[in-house]
Amino acid sequence: MIRSSAAEMATALAKGEVTSVALTQLHLDRIVSVDKDVHAFLHIDTEGALAQASAVDAKRAKGEKLSPLAGVPLALKDVLAQKGVPTTCGSKILEGWRPPYDSTVVANLKKNDIVILGKTNMDEFAMGSSTENSAYGPTHNPWDLSRIPGGSGGGSAASLAAFEAPLAIGTDTGGSIRQPAAVTGTVGVKPTYGGVSRYGLVAFSSSLDQAGPCARTVLDTALLHEAIAGHDPRDATSINAPVPQVVAAAKSGDVKGMKIGVVKELNGDGYQPGVRARFEESLELLAKAGAEIVEVSCPNFEYALAAYYLIAPSECSSNLARFDAMRYGLRVGDVDGASAEEVMNLTREVGFGREVKRRIILGTYALSSGYYDAYYGSAQKVRTLITQDFTSAFAKADVLVSPTCPTTAFKIGEKSNDPLAMYLNDIATIPVNMAGIGGMSLPSGLADEDGLPVGFQIMSPVMKDERMYSVGAALEAALLSKWGAPILSKAPALGGVA
Amino acid sequence: MSSLSRDEVANLARLARIEMSDEELVSLASEFTVILEAVARVQEVAGADVAPTSHPLPLRNVFRPDVTTPSLTPEEALSGAPASEEQRFRVPQILGEEA
Repeated sequence: MIRSSAAEMATALAKGEVTSVALTQLHLDRIVSVDKDVHAFLHIDTEGALAQASAVDAKRAKGEKLSPLAGVPLALKDVLAQKGVPTTCGSKILEGWRPPYDSTVVANLKKNDIVILGKTNMDEFAMGSSTENSAYGPTHNPWDLSRIPGGSGGGSAASLAAFEAPLAIGTDTGGSIRQPAAVTGTVGVKPTYGGVSRYGLVAFSSSLDQAGPCARTVLDTALLHEAIAGHDPRDATSINAPVPQVVAAAKSGDVKGMKIGVVKELNGDGYQPGVRARFEESLELLAKAGAEIVEVSCPNFEYALAAYYLIAPSECSSNLARFDAMRYGLRVGDVDGASAEEVMNLTREVGFGREVKRRIILGTYALSSGYYDAYYGSAQKVRTLITQDFTSAFAKADVLVSPTCPTTAFKIGEKSNDPLAMYLNDIATIPVNMAGIGGMSLPSGLADEDGLPVGFQIMSPVMKDERMYSVGAALEAALLSKWGAPILSKAPALGGVA
Repeated sequence: MSSLSRDEVANLARLARIEMSDEELVSLASEFTVILEAVARVQEVAGADVAPTSHPLPLRNVFRPDVTTPSLTPEEALSGAPASEEQRFRVPQILGEEA
């Protein structure tokens, strides 16, 4: 049962073949047996999840009309506030904090009766591409426990690949949903910026952050997308327009006559041979399904990484100023005679990890008088050029595609002492965040050289998210008939249990 | 030009309210030489004629109706406070004694 898709679980629940309590318990048992090896979760809310599940079962028994995913369990990235449940953002500075309110994403999950199993591990404040920057230790990739599960949402992606949950929520500032999906053989979507409310999402870089759905199939991802999306008056940047019809698109998977643009700059040197081979193969399958493949050029994408590592740290240096030891979170050095400033300085030194401090300092520098125009100002101009590149490319193609990441999962520790090498993981995912458009990663197979999952990225214009779901569903169906079984059936067994 | 000295990093850390050890300052300064060189590439393409983008959506002044809605009780608002007193956050001394 735990290996089924969320849609299949929902059907079984609707038919009365299983209760939500039983389904939730199966996943909690699975977590107990494998999470000591995977470490996808920072907090498991056994009591809360079972209470939620039993409430759904009661509603169903009464014959109430329920939402499509009612009773299906989910893993929540620990960057979203959930009332009364520890929310750490992978940081010591928030250890033990229990938010007094629900984020809008969580409120929407509860409204849809989706059962929240617990909070998943992440790079501290979502800064990283490997989950190694978590203050609570790294998450391990279920495909190979010595490798990273991607980041920052490595916990969410690993929980799906380890069959600890069929659904998960991630957040994506520069690739934190898509890159973990790629390296774990799962599906992840960054919706159009403003498509899902950021209320209660602990801010890293407000103009780039976007919460989104993660799952093992394109349809499950679409069902979760529709459950969490929509306008929210509590988020001033939330788009007041109907939610794109992503479930219908995922069900039809029709790409006949669609133009698919291959971004010339996001493929080639620096991309692992196995990654390129799987990408080319997916293009052939899409062409066979009736799509027209064209090449597009986005010459300014080569500056996206540099611009991102100025814009995101600049915004984070401001956003993380709220962790001042005064109203919530850690407080260190509050002894007689200590000033508020001394307490702040000590608390932030102890509470923040290395990468977070690095980015706060970089952002403080990029925003400082005398350097602002050269760094932050120029980065904002590059952002304009990248958006213009997308506009011209979307004039020639309905969606754009690329490999999600240049490589498959690397070893834990391999890049942790080289910030620049680590930043390069996000080279193909960052442009999407800069322009605020939608992006999806889905598995395109295993690289020949290492047998590890490779991700295929689909990008769609603002509020045309349904297009990436059409293409994703078409490719998923073509690959499934080629493989004969889902990609995760090839992953090794964990902890001696299948 | 794309480098930072230990003292410059110390000044930034002071502005960012982070107490850093000497060892941390020295190693951050050396990392910044590499990082700044990489990010300085943004200066290669952005001409004076390009308008900056601060945000992906063309939004400004978004309003919602000015209606009172349920909010946190004082107890809930103070539930995560490191220290509180009489329904207020208790904070360390803000002003110097001699002021």
